[in-house]
Amino acid sequence: MNAQMAGGGGDSLWFEHWHTKLFILWVFFMALVSLSVYLQMNAEMLVRRRDTLKTMCEGRARMLENQFLASMNHVRALTALFTTLHISKQIAMFNQETFSQYAESTAFERPLMSGVAYADRVLHEDRESFEMSHGWTIKEMFSKEKQQVFEEYAPATMSQDTVSYLTSLDMMSGQEDRENILRARASGKGALTNPFRLLESKHLGVVFTFAVYSIHLPPDATPDERVKATAGYLGGAFDVETLVENLLHGFPGSEMIAVNVYDITNELCPLVMYGHTNVSKSENTYVSSLDFGDPQRKHEMRCRYNEDALPPWTAISTSVGIFVIGFLVGHMLHASRNRIDKVEENCRMFKELKVLADEASVAKSQFLATVSHEIRTPMNGVLGMLQMLMDTRLDATQQDYARTAQASGKALITLINEVLDQAKIESGRLELEAVPFDLCAILDDVLSLFSGKSRDEGIELAVYISEKVPSILIGDPGRFRQIIINLVGNSIKFTERGHIFVCVHLSEDMEMVMEGSDYSGDDDDYSDWEVDGPGCVPLDMKCNQFNTLSGYETADDRNSWETFELLLAQEQHSYNPDHDDHHWNFSDGNDVVNLVVSVEDTGVGIPLHVQERVFTPFMQADSSTSRTYGGTGIGLSISKCLVELMSGKMRFVSRPKIGSTFTFTAKFQQMHNSVHESMLRNTNSVLQVRLLPTCFQGMQALVVDGRPVRSEVTRHHLRRLGVQVMLILSLSQSECSAAAFHSTVGGGIDMILVDKDAWGAGTGIRFPHMLCQSASEHLRQRNKYFASSVGLSHGFIAARLPKMMLVATSMTDNEHKLARENGFTDSVVIKPLRASMLSACLQQALGVWNRRDQGRELREGSRSLHKLLSGKRVLVVDDNPVNRRVAEGALLKYGAQVECVNSGRAAIVKLKPPHNFDACFMDVQMPEMDGFEATEIIRKAEMEASECMSGGILTKYHPVRIPILAMTADVIQATQAECLLCGMDGYVAKPFEEQQLYNAVAHFFEAGYV
Amino acid sequence: MGKNHEAGSGKEEDAMQLAVAKQQYGEHMDSLRAEGLLDDQFLELQQLQDESSPDFVEEVVLLFIQDSGRIIKNLADSLEQKPVNFKKVDAHVHQFKGSSSSIGAKRVKAVCIMLHMCCDRQDQQGCLLALEHVKREFDLIKGKLQTMLELEKQIVALGGTPPFMDR
Repeated sequence: MNAQMAGGGGDSLWFEHWHTKLFILWVFFMALVSLSVYLQMNAEMLVRRRDTLKTMCEGRARMLENQFLASMNHVRALTALFTTLHISKQIAMFNQETFSQYAESTAFERPLMSGVAYADRVLHEDRESFEMSHGWTIKEMFSKEKQQVFEEYAPATMSQDTVSYLTSLDMMSGQEDRENILRARASGKGALTNPFRLLESKHLGVVFTFAVYSIHLPPDATPDERVKATAGYLGGAFDVETLVENLLHGFPGSEMIAVNVYDITNELCPLVMYGHTNVSKSENTYVSSLDFGDPQRKHEMRCRYNEDALPPWTAISTSVGIFVIGFLVGHMLHASRNRIDKVEENCRMFKELKVLADEASVAKSQFLATVSHEIRTPMNGVLGMLQMLMDTRLDATQQDYARTAQASGKALITLINEVLDQAKIESGRLELEAVPFDLCAILDDVLSLFSGKSRDEGIELAVYISEKVPSILIGDPGRFRQIIINLVGNSIKFTERGHIFVCVHLSEDMEMVMEGSDYSGDDDDYSDWEVDGPGCVPLDMKCNQFNTLSGYETADDRNSWETFELLLAQEQHSYNPDHDDHHWNFSDGNDVVNLVVSVEDTGVGIPLHVQERVFTPFMQADSSTSRTYGGTGIGLSISKCLVELMSGKMRFVSRPKIGSTFTFTAKFQQMHNSVHESMLRNTNSVLQVRLLPTCFQGMQALVVDGRPVRSEVTRHHLRRLGVQVMLILSLSQSECSAAAFHSTVGGGIDMILVDKDAWGAGTGIRFPHMLCQSASEHLRQRNKYFASSVGLSHGFIAARLPKMMLVATSMTDNEHKLARENGFTDSVVIKPLRASMLSACLQQALGVWNRRDQGRELREGSRSLHKLLSGKRVLVVDDNPVNRRVAEGALLKYGAQVECVNSGRAAIVKLKPPHNFDACFMDVQMPEMDGFEATEIIRKAEMEASECMSGGILTKYHPVRIPILAMTADVIQATQAECLLCGMDGYVAKPFEEQQLYNAVAHFFEAGYV
Repeated sequence: MGKNHEAGSGKEEDAMQLAVAKQQYGEHMDSLRAEGLLDDQFLELQQLQDESSPDFVEEVVLLFIQDSGRIIKNLADSLEQKPVNFKKVDAHVHQFKGSSSSIGAKRVKAVCIMLHMCCDRQDQQGCLLALEHVKREFDLIKGKLQTMLELEKQIVALGGTPPFMDR
């Protein structure tokens, strides 16, 4: 046990509990302190008490002594008088009467004496004569009977009235009195008796006796001479019990102390002279000596307190207080120390757990990396095949399908990457990119991802982007896309009817409108084109009671027509389309663009009780949800994190059975004005979306739709293609038909787009018929005035009609037939509307082809790559002979002249200016000197060379900077940023992919780099 | 060579043999892909072969076999040193991975990744084990590729072109 204690266990135990021990020690210490305080205070109090006792006792003693002596002195004075009278034989002057009178009048001089008396000395031979002369016999003191025969007697002859009973009593018959008398006459001084019970009063007292001599005695007279000369005795009785009591009672605090006066002539047996209780000599008593003038007798006064000292409450409370305070302080420190220990312990545990968690996270990431890698490989095959498929000649629809498939595949790859990144989000290591991207293209992509499902279920899927939102933003397109995919995917999952509407606005506009817009009053003047007015009453169809995209009720009325109209007005108001094509001067001069994106659906909604944990990872509405709809429930939480990374917020409004609207804000940078959009599209590999065809610029279209929100969406998409749009919301209006006529017959309108469900399911199909009717009606009316002779058959009008297109979510075969019969001969546009798809359809319908013919460019990718590279001298740097040969082969195939070296050093030598290479492909990871290092050295050499040259020849005749492209197998490892940092111009993945190679190379050779 | 001289009588026979060889070649390539020995990258490689570089595939394959043999030897050498310089080993592995990925030798690449991971862990036993795998996979693909080249030569000798070139 001891050994154990001495070992490691003991140490830690000590460390764990040293403060407990300290606490106990502290408590002991405080107990000691408080005890000592108590003792000290107590002692002080006792000393004080003793001092008080002493003062009181001394005071009493001295007073008693004084009074005693005063009384005695007076008696002595009386004795002197008597002696004088005896000597002069004039004692007869005094008789009982005069004596008593005198004594009475001088009684105040003897404050402690109850009375004085004079006794004659009578020898036995004189007894008879004495008795005769006085007329009484000498009586024994106690029995009051005739005194027996003695040698001499001392009968009292004169007495004060207070002691008149003494007259005729023989003073020598009492033991004390006799002794006293004998002692007094022998010594010639006053003598005191022992205390005894006085006659009559029975009070305790002492008798004081003086001898009266008949002759004058010298001071050195012997006792015998004195005895012989004695004539009588004068005595006084001190009634100690009464008189002393009266005296002492006069003192303050007499109740507090008990006072006793002792005769201690015989020290072994002190005699009580005064006092009710016996005061023994102890340390609690104070003794002061008394001198009553009789040197043969000793007296002392003993005082003590009547009551024992009270418990020292002050000392007790003070010390207890000190102890309690000390204890509490100690306890507080101890408790906080304990707390700190506990927290430290917890902290340590958390750290351990964190390490474990980190390890787990690393393991997870590794797993994810491996798995995603394995998925990526076959996906690359799929994508490659699709690309090959797209290179073959396809019609517009096939092209679109293939493109959709490719986009979906690419999205899948992206998703895999996103799964990888999810780990990063969780560990907070995710960083957003800041690259230019095309918002419209991303939304189109997302829409096309989900278009299949929305078509199958007949759900309207639409996107609207405010015109004020710049088309090119700087931000993280992947993340933005991820958020949108999550939200739209969610909506699709839970929506069985109605619509899903993605809407992007500037948040300033949204705020302005939400605050109760200033522009609500003048909403008529924003659009000259729109034909709308009080007569426009929506037809009373079943699902028409809500003015939303599809007519179904939504949870948040933000995208209902009423709000939407205000937003449009707001946007129109501050947006001047003539000002600049794609650049806005924001009023705050800031390049930050604040977007509000809302995704609205008319699905099942989120039950109220789970709304608060919608953003919790892996949490679905309830377990039945995952059974019915599948999914992990992590999407929303990731989206929320991403939105927060974009310094925005995500919120939602949801009403069960009605639908949900998710809204988020996000901040992006605006493209700088000086950078032109087309340049970005050509050179930046991120912006792989090509410009939309420009062949529709200036065309005019008529959009016929009973639903204002939907018609605005259609208008938005057409406007992106440069088509000017006029809306017709209702047919019941004569103005409307007039406008229709004007535009049809009067010319200018190139196409009419009719929604299939313009005024309820399937009603749009019959539109051409109605249009013909109203147009001919109108013409007929005009003809009344102009008397024109033009034949107005339906056929004529139909022939003059512009291209008719039906916009539909889904079409059955029957409906196709019906549409064709009704005049929709040109095309059917299947929603969701997307710019690329719409343009493809329009191209097909209108028979125009884009001047730039973008579609062909891709198809002829290898040929243009050939064009770019042919004749160019390219240096390939790779240490791996196989890779080198493959790269060489690939570049040779595109017509380049290839030279190979196997190390960074060799490359530096080759590329030492002046040289005649046009480009260099450099492996990144090489032994000895890697690609980055080699590039840096080459760049340095170029700098020096150009400095030398600029000194002499000013003309730029030699390429100062050779394009260097990194070749890497691991795209994740070598980010573009890293490449650019060390002076490279881009990177291509190994093995070469045609499209990517083209993108990378085109940047230099097409932009006139060389 | 001999067969080519007997032009008249052996023409049909040649055609037959050519068809058989092409059949064999096709089956061989299919099995290579089915067993996951080669991936799409090899097809890309084959597409790079044209009139200007008629022996491109053969050249690359031989280069691969030769270079890989060297790397494997280097690997084995550096794994026997004590202490093992894992950085050096990893550099070899990276080379091997690069070349196998260039030629599309999927399974070799996979075991290379395994070896690379062992290197990261500084696990010598694991490395040796993985190296065995690498050797086995490499021998396998080497045999298959050589067979393929044989078949190709046979086809060319019979007057045909390698199947991947007739498009």
